[in-house]
Amino acid sequence: MADLTTDFVGIKSPNPFWLASAPPTDKEYNVRRAFEAGWGGVVWKTLGEAGPPIVNVNGPRYGAIWGADRRLLGLNNIELITDRPLEVNLREIKAVKRDYPDRAMVVSLMVPCVEDAWKAILPLVEETGADGVELNFGCPHGMSERGMGSAVGQVPEYIEMVTRWVKQNTRMPCIVKLTPNITDIRKPAMAAHAGGADAVSLINTINSITSVDLDLFAPEPTIDGKGAHGGYCGPAVKPIALNMVAEIARTPEMANLPISGIGGVTTWKDAAEFMALGAGNVQVCTAAMTYGFKIVQEMISGLSQYMDEKGMTSTSELVRKAVPNVSDWQHLNLNYVTKARIDQDLCISCGRCFAACEDTSHQAIAMSEDRVFTVKDDECVACNLCINVCPVEDCITMERLEVGAIDERTGRPVAAEHGDWTSHPNNPSAQAAE
Amino acid sequence: MDARALKEGIVSGRLDADALSAGFADLHAPLSDHEALVAADRCYFCHDAPCMTACPTDIDIPLFIRQIATGTPEAAAKTILAQNIMGGMCARVCPTETLCEEVCVRETAEGEPVQIGRLQRYATDTLMAQGVHPFSRAASTGKRIAVVGAGPAGLACAHRLAMHGHDVVVFDARPKAGGLNEYGIAAYKSTEDFAAREVDWLLQIGGIEIRNSMALGRDVTMAELQSDYDAVFLGMGLGGVNALTAPGAEKEGVLDAVDFIADLRQSSDLSALPVGRDVVVIGGGMTAVDAAVQSKLLGALSVTIVYRRGRDRMNASVWEQELAAAKGVRIITNASPVAVHGNGAVREIEFEFTDDELKPTGQTFRLAADQVFKAIGQTLTGEDLPDLDGRKIAVTGSGRTSVKGVWAGGDCAAGGEDLTVTAVAEGRDAAEDIHAALMRA
Repeated sequence: MADLTTDFVGIKSPNPFWLASAPPTDKEYNVRRAFEAGWGGVVWKTLGEAGPPIVNVNGPRYGAIWGADRRLLGLNNIELITDRPLEVNLREIKAVKRDYPDRAMVVSLMVPCVEDAWKAILPLVEETGADGVELNFGCPHGMSERGMGSAVGQVPEYIEMVTRWVKQNTRMPCIVKLTPNITDIRKPAMAAHAGGADAVSLINTINSITSVDLDLFAPEPTIDGKGAHGGYCGPAVKPIALNMVAEIARTPEMANLPISGIGGVTTWKDAAEFMALGAGNVQVCTAAMTYGFKIVQEMISGLSQYMDEKGMTSTSELVRKAVPNVSDWQHLNLNYVTKARIDQDLCISCGRCFAACEDTSHQAIAMSEDRVFTVKDDECVACNLCINVCPVEDCITMERLEVGAIDERTGRPVAAEHGDWTSHPNNPSAQAAE
Repeated sequence: MDARALKEGIVSGRLDADALSAGFADLHAPLSDHEALVAADRCYFCHDAPCMTACPTDIDIPLFIRQIATGTPEAAAKTILAQNIMGGMCARVCPTETLCEEVCVRETAEGEPVQIGRLQRYATDTLMAQGVHPFSRAASTGKRIAVVGAGPAGLACAHRLAMHGHDVVVFDARPKAGGLNEYGIAAYKSTEDFAAREVDWLLQIGGIEIRNSMALGRDVTMAELQSDYDAVFLGMGLGGVNALTAPGAEKEGVLDAVDFIADLRQSSDLSALPVGRDVVVIGGGMTAVDAAVQSKLLGALSVTIVYRRGRDRMNASVWEQELAAAKGVRIITNASPVAVHGNGAVREIEFEFTDDELKPTGQTFRLAADQVFKAIGQTLTGEDLPDLDGRKIAVTGSGRTSVKGVWAGGDCAAGGEDLTVTAVAEGRDAAEDIHAALMRA
């Protein structure tokens, strides 16, 4: 079985599956259960500065969207950082770390944007024996109204400044957690890097309103007739998170900046995808909140099996494996020509490909009287929509045309050489191939 | 097992009340809200959906299922009822396994179709429980139409005519409206008096008068109808029962299955309904299965269906055959009755095996029987009827008969399967044709 042991910014854990800073890691009871279930590490739910504890709403704090059979696809929350006294959290962190020395114990922090506040809390965390800190520059609701969380994460200069304070005031590794509620994730990541961050973690939750109560005319979750935007997470956000992770990973200046991948990780496969795009480990929340801590057992067995099948002995072999293949549109090979092919033995004649192509795309699928669906090569642009809407896996596939074959749509033979937009004759700024 | 259960002859009370009510409970329990959402989600919303093509009433099935999936079963019900006003009963009795669900692409893909019938019931039950009748009448046309038969064909025709503003009088030979829905369907398919409730609900459209216990040829004549009304629709079904020709067929205990089914449906106390210990049902259709299964549910110890042809020729669907088998009914095929034995009352019935061309093989066997149900088909009865095509009224197009101003549909008309849903479609389409004809005049 593949070795899942992970070393992330010097923090060792038996596997790359950490629980993200969130309700599951808010107290000793939960974290002990998580470690018993097999989680490799936790990021303890965000601590604030000493003083009167945070208060939360007393109405619903989560909202959700569902797929079939109420499968939870997206979760939204308006919970704030920990609402338990600082000293209680610190005491519990110390106790748990003492009993689980092999697990990663990272403490999430969010205090006001003044150096003294950071100077005050960092020694207290160090004293617990925790392995590192994660700076919460991501929470988009509540705390951001008070100038913390994503209010910091949306200003690269603040990120750099606070990260620097932290690095100057502690020996612990510092992970900066980024908000996705920005236009270009590379800017805050670069700022964290410049400030000396040991790693970044992303994404935090996305500003969201999950639904509207059409009787109350109020956003959900609704508190006494009103609603406020929350932070969105769960399977639905994974594609957004994957892209942001990849954007950082493929930026040359940050090629060596470790990334902790977060955002909709639900299965081992999700984790493997994040890792292939550059994440050194992953953090999980919604999946655990949906199914409980036991899911980590599937993640461990699944990733092990996959790595064995691929002949990988260490997670480091998987990390960044897909990064070189993340490219820009302009470099995609326009001479790569495919056509949709429908396997008539697998086809169940639902006609969804036909409806989608005929109504909304290229009229490239023909339907016979007896419901046989075939691709019209002279119309097919290989857009993939038919495959995406087909309910039968592998029924429709994209088959590459051989070099020299005639693309019936364009009437031109398929060229052997790579040809992209940068050298395309229609591109006014194209450079002739040398 | 007490002595009552083992008693020979045709006796009542073979089973206690609990066993009876369990046996005759709803064959398919209604879907709960969540079950309906899960079931609806399986629909692929096919283009030009095969299920829709397979439905004799052309219900837009993908649309109504999507309406359920999006939390508007009332809108789904309107989609169904606009095509099939008896969508509630059809959801219960349609052999969906040979219609919409047979061609469902998920049947093709997984052998597990979308539960179209149960979803249809979920939608129509939801609307009917609210007491809503979603259709209203057009301005009165002043035209009057006579409908003969208050079964699925007649009522579907009457409703559509009433909707178009015509006044309709429905004559029915039975004391209650509903036709086979009320008298001819197994009780576990129409529980809680659904057939009668559906008729009441349907009549909320207004403009329909039902005259019960009025049989064509006995209480009213074709000539009277033709002279008193602007148009006539014949939907009286098949009033006669085919006779059993084997010697001894007149013996006590040899009965028509349709009468047994009707008695059962009208019974308010099943424990008072007598049934034999050893029951033999002759026939291979739905009526045979309904009679056999219900005999078993009433407490008959051995129930056998005997059909003269091969199993693949049985009119009862495979699903129905399996239902019978699951209830403990034995099915013997390729055997024809040759004699009924017994001294006054039937004691045994003798069959001879036949080959696939119905040729006797000379091999015979006897089955113990204290009750024999004949379910070998029904025939059209009546006088002064329009021309026949074979043994049913000949029709062209949307139910036009050889007589001007007279339309026909349902089981009494030639063509189409003898199904509730087919009858509804024919009644509806005849109504549209009648409406068009009267408005042109």
